[in-house]
This record gives sequence, C-alpha cells and structure tokens, in this order.
Amino acid sequence: MADSATLDAAPIAAARPESRDDRALHRKVFIGIAVLLVLAPLVLYPVYLMKVLCFGLFALAFNLLLGYGGLLSFGHAAYFGMASYISAYGAKTLGFTPEVAILAGTVTAAILGLIFGALAIRRQGIYFSMITLALAQMAFFFSLQAKFTGGEDGIQAVPRGDLFGVISLADDRVMYALVAVVFFGGLLLIYRIIHSPFGQVLKAIRDNENRAVSLGYRVNQYKLAVFVLSATLAGLAGATKAIVFQLASLTDVHWSMSGEVVLMTLVGGMGTVFGPIVGALVIVTMETYLAQFGAWVTIIQGCVFVLCVLLFREGIVGLVARLIRKPL
Amino acid sequence: MTTIFGVPTQALFGQLLLGLINGSFYAILSLGLAIIFGLLNIINFAHGALYMMGAFVAWMLLTYVGLGYWWALGLAPLVVGVFGVVLERVLIARLYKLDHLYGLLLTFGIALIIQGLFRNQYGVSGLPYAIPAELSGGQRLPFMFLPNYRGWVVVASLTVCLATWLVIEKTKLGAYLRAATENPTLVQAFGVNVPLFLTLTYGFGVALAGFAGVLAAPIYSVNPNMGADIIIVVFAVVVIGGMGSIIGSVITGFALGLVEGLTKVFYPEASATVIFVIMVLVLLVKPAGLFGRTA
Repeated sequence: MADSATLDAAPIAAARPESRDDRALHRKVFIGIAVLLVLAPLVLYPVYLMKVLCFGLFALAFNLLLGYGGLLSFGHAAYFGMASYISAYGAKTLGFTPEVAILAGTVTAAILGLIFGALAIRRQGIYFSMITLALAQMAFFFSLQAKFTGGEDGIQAVPRGDLFGVISLADDRVMYALVAVVFFGGLLLIYRIIHSPFGQVLKAIRDNENRAVSLGYRVNQYKLAVFVLSATLAGLAGATKAIVFQLASLTDVHWSMSGEVVLMTLVGGMGTVFGPIVGALVIVTMETYLAQFGAWVTIIQGCVFVLCVLLFREGIVGLVARLIRKPL
Repeated sequence: MTTIFGVPTQALFGQLLLGLINGSFYAILSLGLAIIFGLLNIINFAHGALYMMGAFVAWMLLTYVGLGYWWALGLAPLVVGVFGVVLERVLIARLYKLDHLYGLLLTFGIALIIQGLFRNQYGVSGLPYAIPAELSGGQRLPFMFLPNYRGWVVVASLTVCLATWLVIEKTKLGAYLRAATENPTLVQAFGVNVPLFLTLTYGFGVALAGFAGVLAAPIYSVNPNMGADIIIVVFAVVVIGGMGSIIGSVITGFALGLVEGLTKVFYPEASATVIFVIMVLVLLVKPAGLFGRTA
C-alpha cells in the first residue's frame, strides 16, 4: 500500500501542520477528559467505566499503529491477552503486588511485540495483516495448551491485592482511580509520541513509504519501534484489565478481540488522537446493552463494520474534526 | 506390525491421509483467495464464512428439499457463487478506489454477519451430514485402510484445482483474466468489460470455497465456526506460498496439509501451530513466499 491508495485517516492533519491554535484546543480536550474522569464515577457504575478505560487504552495503542503508522495489525489480541495472562498469573500464583503484575504483563507484551513485529514488517500491506493474524493465532493456541493459563477456564479469582503493598484495591473506587491514572498516562504518552519528530516521520512513512526511504529514513526501524510501542501499550491495557476484572481468559487472546479493537478504532475515527476513546465507549456500551441478545452481538458488530467501511470511514471524531475544521 | 521411526505404519499413513485431506481444503481455499486477490486486490476475509455456507447449503438441501450429496456438489457452489456476485456488486465494488485495508475490514464484517446468522439459527454444536452411499466403505490397501470418501475428496480437490489452473493458463478467458490482473486499465481500453470480470472472478473464487464446504460436510460436522477456524490457517498458507502463482498455492496447500499430518504423528502438541511456525521460518528466509514475486 506504499504508493497507490491511501487511508482516509486524519484528512485534516495531513492537509496542514498543526498550529498553536490546535495545541490550545487539544489542551482543552485533555482538561475536559481529566474532569470527566474525575466526575464520571459519581454518576456511572465504576466497573463499566473501568472496562471502557481499559478498552479505550487498548484502542488508543492500536490506533497508534494503524492511524499513524498505517499498519493494520489483525493480531493485537495477542499482546492484550498475553499481558493479561502474565499479569493475572503474577498476581495470583507468584504473589506480585498489582503494580509489579501489571509491569510484568506489559514487559511481556513488549517482548512479544518485538518478536512478532520484526517478523511482520518483513511484508507490507495486506500480507502484514495476515501475518499478524497468524502469529496471534499461534499465541492463542499457546494459551490454549500451556499449563499456567488454565486452558478453557482461564485464570480466575485473581486477587486485586494492595498497590505498592499498601493501598488495597478491593474497593472499586480505589481501583478506578488507578485505572484512570494508567489510562490518562497512556493517553498523554501516545499524544506525545504522535507529536514528536518520531511521530512526524511515522506519518511520512504512512503517507508515502517510498519517499521516506529515499529521504534516508530507516523505515523498518521506525515501523518496528511503533509496533513495539503499540504492543506495549496494548499490553498495559490488558494487564490492567486482568487485575480489574480478576480474570484472564481465552477471550482476550482470541482473534475476535483483535477484530473488536479494529472496530473501536474505526468507529471512533482512525488517525485521530481521541477517536479510539469514543469508539471504545460506543462499542463497550453497545455490548453491555446487547449482551442479552447473544449471537446478535456478532451480527450487529459485523453490520457496524460494513456500514463504517462503506459510509463512515472518518469515524465519529473524524467527522467532528471535519465539521470544526481542526485536527482532533 | 511394521513400524517407521517407531510409529506403526497404519497410524503414520492414516495421519498422512488426514493431512492430505486438510491439504485439499487448504489448496482449494488458498486457490480461491489467490484468484480473488490477483484481480480484485482484496483479501477475502469472508472466504471461511462462505466455505461454511457451502457446507450448510448442502445440509439444507438434504434436510429441507431432500436433494442429496451429488446435487449439493453442483448446487451449493452455485448458490454461494451467486451470493458472492451479489456481495461484490452491492458492497465490495464500492471499495476498489480505496486502500486494500478497507476490503479486508469490509469482508471481515461480512464474515461476522454470516457466521452470526448461522450461529443464531443452528447453534454451535454442529450438524451431521452422512457420507453418500456410493462412497461409503473403503479399500484395504497393503499398508493402510483407505475410506472411499476420503480418497474421493483428494481426487475431487486435485481435479478442481487442475481444471482451474488449465482454464486460467490455457484458455482465451484465462488470458483475459491474467491480462486484467497485470493491467486492468489497458485491458479495459481494448474493450473488455473489466468490472464484469471482477464480479465473475469473485463469484468463481467463493464458489470454490462453497465447493470445499460441500466436500468437508461429511468429514467434519457442519458447524458455523468451521470457516473461522480454517481461514486463519489458510492465510498462513497464502503467506507461505505467496499469491503470485496459482499452481504454487495449490502445491503449498497440499504440502502443508501433509506436514500438519506428520506433526500429528511425531509431536501432536505442535500440530495446531506447525503451519504458523513454518510461516515464521519462510518469512525469515524468503519473505516474499515460496512462489511469490517480490512485493
């Protein structure tokens, strides 16, 4: 996909460099998100919010790779799921405190991302997607067969434990505070990456790989770096999720999870900074309300996929950004 | 009892035959994927779902209409093919000017819908489909027992793959197809109706998947998830073989089925992942795939 067609991602950001004005707007959005994070648990159920935040971070990490690196990974469940297993195993069997368990899961995802990424970037475009999917399926079979993952049962009743050995996370409100901090930290980091010189080179590679090569950039190193960053942050989301819900299961490593994160990003707006959060909010809410309809969830997800691809490629935040003529 | 490497020959050849059967399905499915990709430039994620649909159409024909296996072998691919033509005209044709990734996402969505609908209707436990009377029983070969139906699957699959290859390589129609793969604009300028070609190619590609589904129905139970399980393996097969060559994808399909069968004999734990491991090795040594042209 190096030269021919391009993604619809970030149509405005591509059109002109971001001005000081845009930065000011983004600062306001960040303050708005921070305020919402503080106020939301007063009105909404904290467990639901934590689910949104974990998947939001997952989608943000995925979008870093797709929206800014132009690389469609169809295997992000591997990093999310493996991190969630390691985190759950650490907290339950090895007696790690939650922050160490989450760290262990995140590091696992980073290492896995380094190995899988190095393999996948050997091919481009459509092959890249198929390779990431196949590698993730390998991780799935590993999780199915390995002893420590508990096979079909997964790792259940993971203790939330005491943060730094001091603060008990058993209370949902305390747990929420930790998740909110992790989420906001991840968001800031991703924003920083996107707006760094590294992020600019990434966008150049996304828009025209051949030209980036001819300008002397080592394209593969950039691709690998963003792949590892994305896998690591996806792992952070998965590891946190395991502690919050006290569960790591095959669902987290299954290919349908990879599809779900693509859907969240697509709905929210790929290549927008804030889109994946909105996408995660929409999809998690939808699944929460539709859970009673069983298999219809899959059908509705499929329909949303088809409709988004055909009619609504810019996504919700992409649409807002176009209406206010500012990159979001 | 004779043994090879400590494995009874019966077991060895039995697993090799199973591998060959799996290989038959990999070959037909990756052939369809390769033809569709060659002309339409999209990876058809719905391929697995349409394979499953082929099996279900066969089951429905038998259950609701009373038409048996041989009818299904002809009708089910037709039904799936027509369904594919509709899909291509109504949905996929709108994406040709966009990045290939959108084709992947769209067909993924279609796969979810088809799979979800069948799961809603028929559950996930799987439905039995009997082997046709003409092909029940088997042959006692000196080294193993060969069930007739399994032999038939291998022969049918080889025949279909070979016929497809002949049509594409040796006929006028195939020549147009290859030309359109190389340069659609130029072929269109010569007065060939390229959009029609795209539609028919997609229809034919998924009809192959439907055909594979009918072949699979008596071996595996007819199950809404059967497509999702196989399609990811087929993707790996396609990465290993490279999609540049028709015959290449067929050879790769059969060969990997055999390798998988052998793994089941010598190291069963790895049989689910061996194809992915081979994919990794091929990526390290020959990134373009065994038969692939450099990207």
